[in-house]
Amino acid sequence: MLKELRPAVVLALLLTAVTGLAYPLAMTGIAQAVMPKQANGSLIERNGQLVGSALIGQSFTSERYFHGRPSATTAADPADPSKSVPAPYNAANSAGANVGPTNQALLDRVQADMERLKQENPSAPVPIDLVTTTASGLDPDISPEAALFQVPRVARARGLPEDRVRQLVAQHVDGRLFGFMGEARVNVLALNLALDDLSR
Amino acid sequence: MTLNGWIQILVFCAVIIALAKPLGWYMTRTFNGEWTFLSPLLRPVERVLYRLSGVDEHREQNWLSYAVALLLFNAAGFVILYGLQRFQGSLPLNPTAMSAVAPDLAFNTAASFVTNTNWQNYSGETAMSYLVQMAGLTVQNFVSAATGIAIAVAVIRGFARASTKTIGNFWLDLTRSTLYVLLPLSIVLTLFYVFCGVPQTLGPSIDVTTLEGAKQTLSIGPVASQLAIKMLGTNGGGFFNANSAHPFENPDALSNFVQMVSIFALGAGLTNVFGRMVGDERQGWAIFAAMGTLFLIGVAVTYWSEAAGNPLLANLGLDGGNMEGKEIRFGIALSSLFAVVTTAASCGAVIAMHDAFTPLGGMIPLINMQLGEIIIGGVGAGLYGMLIFAVIAIFVAGLMVGRTPEYVGKKIEAKEVKMAVLAVLCLPLAMLGFTAIAVVLPTGLSSIANPGPHGFTEVLYAYTSGAANNGSAFGGLSGNTLWYNLTLGIAMLMGRFMVIVPALAIAGSLAAKKIVPASLGTFPTNGGLFVGLLVGVIIIVGGLTFFPSLALGPIVEHLAMIAGQTFGGGG
Repeated sequence: MLKELRPAVVLALLLTAVTGLAYPLAMTGIAQAVMPKQANGSLIERNGQLVGSALIGQSFTSERYFHGRPSATTAADPADPSKSVPAPYNAANSAGANVGPTNQALLDRVQADMERLKQENPSAPVPIDLVTTTASGLDPDISPEAALFQVPRVARARGLPEDRVRQLVAQHVDGRLFGFMGEARVNVLALNLALDDLSR
Repeated sequence: MTLNGWIQILVFCAVIIALAKPLGWYMTRTFNGEWTFLSPLLRPVERVLYRLSGVDEHREQNWLSYAVALLLFNAAGFVILYGLQRFQGSLPLNPTAMSAVAPDLAFNTAASFVTNTNWQNYSGETAMSYLVQMAGLTVQNFVSAATGIAIAVAVIRGFARASTKTIGNFWLDLTRSTLYVLLPLSIVLTLFYVFCGVPQTLGPSIDVTTLEGAKQTLSIGPVASQLAIKMLGTNGGGFFNANSAHPFENPDALSNFVQMVSIFALGAGLTNVFGRMVGDERQGWAIFAAMGTLFLIGVAVTYWSEAAGNPLLANLGLDGGNMEGKEIRFGIALSSLFAVVTTAASCGAVIAMHDAFTPLGGMIPLINMQLGEIIIGGVGAGLYGMLIFAVIAIFVAGLMVGRTPEYVGKKIEAKEVKMAVLAVLCLPLAMLGFTAIAVVLPTGLSSIANPGPHGFTEVLYAYTSGAANNGSAFGGLSGNTLWYNLTLGIAMLMGRFMVIVPALAIAGSLAAKKIVPASLGTFPTNGGLFVGLLVGVIIIVGGLTFFPSLALGPIVEHLAMIAGQTFGGGG
């Protein structure tokens, strides 16, 4: 048994050096040299200011912007750090809602969101992704239907013709990869940035 | 269900089938110590590691020494990982100044990563420094996977060898899995993931100002390098709390496809290693076919259930499947496929919240784990788990015809069957035993998030995931309590080592036997009849053991759901 003790300890340390230090550090070096944009979070700059990451959703509440999906992320309560308060799209604390399918709280939440959305656009059925929470709390995308559903509100708030806004949405639909992989989607931040450019 | 959904599923299956043979060829050469195209680069490194650690390359071990070496190595890894967490506050590479991890959580996490479970009672971005993520967690991602592969190879040698006491050398198998298999593939995958948009940096988190003028803090770090081995080694522990649902950990459908493939690739390749080493590749394909059958059944049920959606929401006037807890870029088909893949293998990474799945959609992942993750399974662990079931299946077949059963030329006798049953029984002991205790203790019940039968499923899922060394969760359960940290830690250790030791004992006992030449009376184990028998035995053993627990959780919840009943809400 003692014969195996030395390799156990020494190999544990050596493999830590190889896989825990050399490997991630070398990968960091190569990634930073070759693909710095992706390696640092695909950040988006506007007028010299960082406005977000192309991959991470943001919380939008203004009528003038397209909104993302409900997010269940939280943050520490500023008044009492031992408690947490809702903080949608908190990219420092990703989390899902984890509400089960027969939980009355799920139905209450969905019903309330649906009523709000129906007032906003009574003419179309509510898309399911606008009333269901994202897995990460940071979903950057909505479905094309969910974007089109919001067109009347955004157009009204910005004083733009609906057709112009609808056209912008169509330009921002990313189709399935290679025609079959994943789902069609609209990146909300990219769409809203384009919307700001349009209004300027 | 859509045609496009099924095309994605079938393309995935085709890629796995195509990869099994080349990976099997490469791994067979590696573990036989033969020359491969990476040898010029890696052989010198390998030699240095052996010299420094005092390993004699030419000495082989019997099963007991092999097991002792393995246990000592895992104990050393456990101590290092526990220490790194407890002292992270005073160690470097900690840009956001995280403080020491509490003792019970550090125990749980160390047990979790050493056993290839990667159950996480912490959230990565708020609890673990970069040093712990790299030198602690990433390392265990490598070596726990390498340990699994080593055991699988040792068990295969037990079947392939004859009249010998030894089953290989653990130190060589461990080092070769790490250097020749896991590391080169991880390097390629890391760069691919960065290309897709996964961050790889040592810089601190980034503050941005959103379009509406709010501050958003983006957690970031050396994500890609950990992601690569997390999938390849079927570990599943996320860099971030949301795991592979987090856009930084899985930016698009392409990164997602490669992640799914890398979960299954090595496990599928090992079935081919088995075939090659016992001298008949069709033996490997028979095992693969049994795995594939169970896999497709699981995918069909989960996809159907998730696509059908939640009737309670449909009653409110919503169309479409169950999108609660899923991401748009993956949708329902990929989320369902991933959930089955991650629990069929012992990965445990998630791209959707299993807690929010429909009852039957969430039941399949649970069943996959209860069967012991033998459908492809954890790297190595899946194959030796499946071979244990093969021993039982062939024993049952032997009982039917009244002759001593043989499997790939080895007589299966009382000792092997006893050890196999021991290994098969320890999982339900940990899964059902701990669940039963937790649901009668106030401290166990207080962590449950969802009311009604779903809450029971949360607890059952936790212990099942722990003992099966999966690591996925019904995430509503608050696991970071003294009770769950300790009991889940123990369940993980039981589920890992109480299977490994009997598996190695079987290997040792088989290696000592002579090879019996196949005769007219030999039951062929490379054809459809054997595949059917194996699948049948797995379903019957699993069904008899676990059906009552499923009836109390997902099944009763499903019946309530279709009857329009909800839980909680004060009524």
